Amino acid sequence: MKRAAANPSRRNVHPGRNSAQAIAVTAPNTTLPAGILQGDRRAIARAISEVENETAAGDAIIRGIHAHLGHALVLGITGPPGGGKSTLVSELIGAFTRRGRSVAVVAVDPSSPFSGGALLGDRIRMERHALAERVFIRSLASRGHLGGLSRAVFRVVDVLDAAGFETIIVETVGAGQSEVEIADIADIRVVVCPPGLGDDIQAIKAGILEIADIFVVSKCDLPLADRTELELNYLVGLRPDRSRQPRILRVTATTGEGTAELADAIDAMAGACGRRREERLRERMRRMIAQEAGDAVRQRLHGVESAKLDELCAALGRGELRHEDAVAAAIRLAANGGA
Amino acid sequence: MSAQQRRIRVLMGKPGLCGHDRGIALVVMALRDAGMEVIYSGRHNSPESLVEVALQEDVDVLGVSILSGGHLGLCERIARLLRERNVDDIVFLAGGFIPPEDIPQLKAMGVREVFRDDARLEDIVRFVEKAARERVAA
Repeated sequence: MKRAAANPSRRNVHPGRNSAQAIAVTAPNTTLPAGILQGDRRAIARAISEVENETAAGDAIIRGIHAHLGHALVLGITGPPGGGKSTLVSELIGAFTRRGRSVAVVAVDPSSPFSGGALLGDRIRMERHALAERVFIRSLASRGHLGGLSRAVFRVVDVLDAAGFETIIVETVGAGQSEVEIADIADIRVVVCPPGLGDDIQAIKAGILEIADIFVVSKCDLPLADRTELELNYLVGLRPDRSRQPRILRVTATTGEGTAELADAIDAMAGACGRRREERLRERMRRMIAQEAGDAVRQRLHGVESAKLDELCAALGRGELRHEDAVAAAIRLAANGGA
Repeated sequence: MSAQQRRIRVLMGKPGLCGHDRGIALVVMALRDAGMEVIYSGRHNSPESLVEVALQEDVDVLGVSILSGGHLGLCERIARLLRERNVDDIVFLAGGFIPPEDIPQLKAMGVREVFRDDARLEDIVRFVEKAARERVAA
């Protein structure tokens, strides 16, 4: 790919070819950003854990890779539980690697609201790619985050982006209506619609159906697939905005039918989504700065002994100060170092 | 940013040709219910793919279930690959139909603990928790 040619030093996302060197880079956290940029798989794996656990080392990693983001095409895959997302991802890994591209996958499964534990089973469907040289698959638990992803998924994608993966596929938890967060992270959004859910098509039309660039009717060997396709066509036809019409494609992953067409459709869109990617990167930076700025303000307000802050809180408690004025004053106070 | 609670990550899989997965499913559920994040890679995993997945998923513990009688050969290969890939800090556990007389040999290869078919789920959970904690502290 064009980008890989421009960054020849970043193409080492293979376990086999350069493993001696790759192994040498591992271990201390201080070298993790360097290891990531060299595509060292252990460094990438460790770095993902650090950013997922939101450790200080994770923050340092993100700071170390800021300048290397925005190169990967990020593909979002969402749809109902059992709809065929993981199987489709496995098909896409095959299609993209056959086209000579490196692929990273982030597969999110739900955490138990009771124990906090999770059973991450998406990669069973991707087992045949486990040893592929230019493929990296990571399972994440949602850890109580609603919206279809996990809190750390943006940062995990950043790590994989910096590591030089050309395509990053993000698979959400089984999603129904409002889990539309994938729209913020992906350049191209694919919504998987299995046949046989009947009226569910109607039920979800105000939710994830709105974010699709591509609808995939999955399991097209089932008899109800035609009806699902028909309903999607009807739904798409109702849209007033004709400029951004989503494609509707049929895929039967068990036979591989439709996979190449889907990869073609994605490639065709990838060329046109450069601007969206730029916007997304800018938005990503803004989010990062906003978060860190927020953290800094919070830390200062908690950490600093300030008579002025005490005064502010007291006035708020007495009802002499409007809430939003108190907040504005507190931000000014934090900016001045709490003085 | 407030630090998330660090979760123990475990990869559970079945190497070799044995397809009996009821036992491993029970263990997977028990570990999940104890609050761990368990990656289940299913049946018929090769030792190579188990080690590569363990590396990519950055797990604390790798557990394999073998009921076919192939445990000596399979565990030997997995332990060797863990060393070769420089990830032998991952706690390697084995379970299934394993004759007691094979256990010393398995431990000498690098299998940290062996849970036979009469093992109690609570004991497995407790061992995994302790071993993962020690690994992080080390």
